[in-house]
Amino acid sequence: MSNLIAWIIRAIPFGTIIMYGAMGEIMTEKSGNLNLGVPGIMYLGGFAGYASAYYYENSAANPNLFFCIALAMICCILASMAGGLIFSFLTITLRANQNVSGLALTTFGMGVANFFGVFILNGSSYSAAPIANKAFSAKIPVLSSMGVIGQMFFSYGFLVYAAIVLAIALHWFLNKTRAGLNLRAVGENPATADAAGINVTKYKYMATCCGAGISGIGGLYYVLDYNRGIWATTGQIEALGWLAVALVIFTTWKPLNAIWGAYLFGILYWLYQYLPNLMGFSLPNYAMDLVQMVPYVVTIVVLIVVSLRKKRENQPPAHLGLAYFREER
Amino acid sequence: MLDCAIQLKDLTKTFGRVYANKNVSLEVRKGEILSLLGENGSGKTTLMNMISGIYYPDSGQIFVNGKPVDIRSPKDAFDLGIGMIHQHFKLVDVFTAAENIVLGLKEKGGLDMKAVKAKIREICQRYHFDLSCDQKVYEMSVSQKQTLEIVKVLYRGANILILDEPTAVLTPQETEHLFDVLRIMKQHGKAIVIITHKLHEVLEISDRVSIMRKGEYIGTVDTKDATELSLTEMMVGQRVSLDIERPTPVHPTKRLSVQHVRCVNKEGFVTLDDVSFDAYGGEILGIAGISGSGQKELLEAIAGLQPTQSGASITFMPADGSSPKELIGKTPKEIKELGVALSFVPEDRLGMGLVGSMGMTGNMMLKSYENGHGIFTQRKQPKHLAESIRDELHVNTPNLNTPVRRLSGGNVQKVLVGREISAGPTVLMTAYAVRGLDINTSYTIYRLLNEQKKKGVAVIYVGEDLDVLVSLCDRILVLCGGRMNGIVDARTVTKEEIGLLMTKREGDLSHVG
Repeated sequence: MSNLIAWIIRAIPFGTIIMYGAMGEIMTEKSGNLNLGVPGIMYLGGFAGYASAYYYENSAANPNLFFCIALAMICCILASMAGGLIFSFLTITLRANQNVSGLALTTFGMGVANFFGVFILNGSSYSAAPIANKAFSAKIPVLSSMGVIGQMFFSYGFLVYAAIVLAIALHWFLNKTRAGLNLRAVGENPATADAAGINVTKYKYMATCCGAGISGIGGLYYVLDYNRGIWATTGQIEALGWLAVALVIFTTWKPLNAIWGAYLFGILYWLYQYLPNLMGFSLPNYAMDLVQMVPYVVTIVVLIVVSLRKKRENQPPAHLGLAYFREER
Repeated sequence: MLDCAIQLKDLTKTFGRVYANKNVSLEVRKGEILSLLGENGSGKTTLMNMISGIYYPDSGQIFVNGKPVDIRSPKDAFDLGIGMIHQHFKLVDVFTAAENIVLGLKEKGGLDMKAVKAKIREICQRYHFDLSCDQKVYEMSVSQKQTLEIVKVLYRGANILILDEPTAVLTPQETEHLFDVLRIMKQHGKAIVIITHKLHEVLEISDRVSIMRKGEYIGTVDTKDATELSLTEMMVGQRVSLDIERPTPVHPTKRLSVQHVRCVNKEGFVTLDDVSFDAYGGEILGIAGISGSGQKELLEAIAGLQPTQSGASITFMPADGSSPKELIGKTPKEIKELGVALSFVPEDRLGMGLVGSMGMTGNMMLKSYENGHGIFTQRKQPKHLAESIRDELHVNTPNLNTPVRRLSGGNVQKVLVGREISAGPTVLMTAYAVRGLDINTSYTIYRLLNEQKKKGVAVIYVGEDLDVLVSLCDRILVLCGGRMNGIVDARTVTKEEIGLLMTKREGDLSHVG
């Protein structure tokens, strides 16, 4: 039983990282932009948030927790949106190929983060921002001490709960507001949206940049909460970024599905550590990597099921990955 | 003038060095239906796109209700009460009718779908539309989509409606209904512009006719003073005979016998249901039907591109008198080599048969690249073939290697049809060979088909224009929802009879392509 609880406590923060990545990407893809730069954007967001918190902690005599959170969040979102802006400019204004631009952005984001990270690491293998970590991973005071329930549901940093609220808000925005309707139309059929008087370029820019901003929070959450405020030069964020892209497909582009989908991915990702214990056998080392692959396999299964069911509502936005040019004849 | 809804003064628009519109001036009055008539490429659609904000004129001035205006985007056009119904519907497939209607609107307050639907129902009642608010667009028929488009612009308060070839995809009965609705809107004081090249419709529906030719405005006449002949003269600038030549078939011999062909598509719908007919050398067999009634599937089944259900049989009788061959089970390549040619012109013209980024020579090679030696291709013959097609069919291309994508629609079709004819087929199947072509080019294609017919080729012609089918073909097979509704003698049948066959449903066949 305690194993199962430990598994869930591990899975929810993990799911939160990719939930942010996926929600940002859902918003982006709803505008018809396929941004494969999600891992790069999560790097940019994670690093900018960490760096700002790190310098604030080390320079302020008496660091304020709330200011630390606000500063890290703002820097993270701005840096991620800058990444989205690069992608938007390349693919919307210059109409460059989206796949190539996205992959380049991934490489670019990783490179930028690791390059500037060198100045913070300053020769050591990792660096830490304990105060920012304390701020971001603060548990809910009373509720978290309520036994098992408290442990399972209330013992996480505020970004875990913010992610759920954001998913619901995103669902409401996409399905119940004019701007959401217009955004979906842009991704489905930009020529129609254009003829209906919607500024396609503006919507694509806004969705891609805001989406990048949301994705970037995933990187921030990873560094300052999940990874206990430690920055190191690893490729971990990239793997999480690709998992977020897979999650977008898994949710069939619906933010509400991202909530349970992300936690399910978390459960599946940690399968290798907890399931053998629960079932009472041990897993050979070589099998671990195979079991870690399960989330991707599940995504493929979902793709197959969705394509067999042929429901139009579950398909990706019809114009996903294509540039729009009004006077093309 | 007070009753002028739109006035255009000296509008000019160029694409590259080509004038799409040159100093066009015309006016549209309130409470009238104006037909804008012209051949393909005469600039009708470009002109209307400038009014609806898709294009911006290079020079000239547009007046709406007497005031000079600057229309820079579709939104500007909406704000001025101008609504355009495009030839290719601008609808989002996965949205409902109501969602499509409110799309892009900036009404005050939140999105209240109940109020939206109430307003839609009110419009439908006033103009006698039949529209269900919650139906998804991908479930709609073509005419339902068109209704939705019209309701959409009315919802936005349009007083000026522009319809780009609205009847191209409708059956005669649906067209009648559309015209009734347009007349009601006219009585409500709306100004309506119909872009078309169908003369009888012009005469039936419009009050005045404005004619364009090669990007220039030729003139406007009152419909009551006009005849088909006078309009055609203004439209083409020279007298063209309206009759298509139809030589009597000489010694028709059976070339193709199609028996009980049945096809089912990926989704499990029946696309062709028990179709049987014979095609004879020396005759043109027309195939009529609303688009998506199984025409494509039928031709593909014969060409070996579409699997048929068991029980079907397609027998080919070679011209050299050898024994009949069963085509089912053969690969498309084997069928092609037997002498069955298929030229299919899809909606986008390039999709099937030609490679847009290759030149004429390259496209000729698609049929002969296997004839080269070893790993090298043979370029000489295809080049000669391309040259002869260019010269014989007057294909207007700067260079044999200019990508065919850059040629105009008519020239692309000449290349496609020319290549299929050059193979000397025994059975020639063409689908929509004149789709989107102007009258003169269409006649060239008809002449080519007639030449093949005189040579003893069995020609199968899938067409959209009933007038042409009735005057070009010898017999006409009518398809409806994948079912064969009869074969009629084209010399005695009337268009109305065909129209009825095209829409008459027997049994419970509910699926349309």
